[in-house]
Amino acid sequence: MDDRSPLKQTPLHALHVSLGARMVPFAGYDMPVQYPAGVLKEHLHTRTAAGLFDVSHMGQIRLTAKSGRIEDAALALEKLVPVDVLGLGEGRQRYALFTNANGGILDDLMVANRGDHLFLVVNAACKDADFAHLKTHLSDTCDLEMLEDRALIALQGPHAVSVLAELWADIATMRFMDVAEAELHDVPCIISRSGYTGEDGFEISIPAASAEDVARRILEHPDVLPIGLGARDSLRLEAGLCLYGNDIDTGTTPVEAGLQWALQKVRRGGGSREGGYPGADFILRQLSNGASRRRVGLKPEGKAPVRGGALLFATAEGGNPIGSVTSGGFGPSAEFPVAMGYVPTDLASPGTTVFAEVRGKYLAVTVTALPFVTPSYKR
Amino acid sequence: MLKFTDEHEWLKIEGGVATVGITAYAVEQLGDLVFVELPEAGSAFAKGDTASTVESVKAASDVYCPLDGEIVESNQAIVDDPSLVNSDPQGAGWFFKLKLSDPSAVNALLDEAAYKELIA
Repeated sequence: MDDRSPLKQTPLHALHVSLGARMVPFAGYDMPVQYPAGVLKEHLHTRTAAGLFDVSHMGQIRLTAKSGRIEDAALALEKLVPVDVLGLGEGRQRYALFTNANGGILDDLMVANRGDHLFLVVNAACKDADFAHLKTHLSDTCDLEMLEDRALIALQGPHAVSVLAELWADIATMRFMDVAEAELHDVPCIISRSGYTGEDGFEISIPAASAEDVARRILEHPDVLPIGLGARDSLRLEAGLCLYGNDIDTGTTPVEAGLQWALQKVRRGGGSREGGYPGADFILRQLSNGASRRRVGLKPEGKAPVRGGALLFATAEGGNPIGSVTSGGFGPSAEFPVAMGYVPTDLASPGTTVFAEVRGKYLAVTVTALPFVTPSYKR
Repeated sequence: MLKFTDEHEWLKIEGGVATVGITAYAVEQLGDLVFVELPEAGSAFAKGDTASTVESVKAASDVYCPLDGEIVESNQAIVDDPSLVNSDPQGAGWFFKLKLSDPSAVNALLDEAAYKELIA
């Protein structure tokens, strides 16, 4: 990213400023990191009531087969992801990964079957590269469109469903990862029951021109507070969810990252559509034989947070690092420091003690099952 | 006597000993504090040394020693409850007491009016 290029703004930028947000550069956008309530309160409010997030910086891509058949769009996308797209029912969404020739992860994304097309949501920092990647590999059979004229908001937390049910009663019948179209305040929206906080909640794609109006009206509800990127990060970390660029990147494979749950049987060895995506050889081999390292939860034994970038060691004497922390901080709901990182597989069992270097000291951290907080998805 | 540094520490000086903390402005910038590490009594620091570390939910920040001296006491209450620094930064949220090597060095620090101008 060129630091000199002007920051882009989402359709909700003026709203953030009017709400007193502290704005920071993030993935090329001027984004709210926190509002006056502060990160701790925003985090805890999302876990106990409902938090509204602006995720409009993320990319929304429409993928349509030239044949008009959704099956053709699904099979085309399966050339780029190790995921069962063909088996994704209409009105359903699934987590997916773009892989490279070495089995590394180019980006993680959501794929929804919208009946006549696939609807993809990709990370902000990767969206231009993802779009070019899709164009390069799929444009002979598919039409691709980056939806620049839509905002994306997330309403997350145990009260999200009751807040939105006041606008559209049927929302309560949606299950986790369902996708539907409905009018909220007379604006046609695409709604998925999903999010990235470990809470029940919804992501809502809104035409840009109406986004501020819809967001303002949702914020009028007494259960809803606006939530910035600071709390978004601590919420997803407690939920054990990967942040692209920190916990996963082109140098980590889905198996190393512990994301093999996202690779359905039909795409694995012996499956009816085994392989056929970039890096399949590497990934299929790791699925059978295991990987030499693994992403794990890390619970520092003391009160000091251990941040991303901290090196990990087998003993308190240091020496050669065995891995590193990829994300870390304080977990406001867990009420203790939380972190994730990579360790050799033989040290990846919960209960194993390793040591993180923080300001020249080697702090004991315990390998811990993820997530740190129990998700409340409505399956 | 109340003095300030341009690194956003405050010092309340009484009889050659400075009680040191971070200003309300610094706390506002840091956000909710979740961890504080303080220097041990008896340790000596030079002006500009890292004497303490504070961590908010998002990030760690250093707190510098504002003048040369020896730590005579640190505030265990903010280690036990870092939110005291957020709620009362220039009172109960003090960090440490520093016996100054050269009490006259305080004259080089900012007074309240100059500090207010700095953060305006």
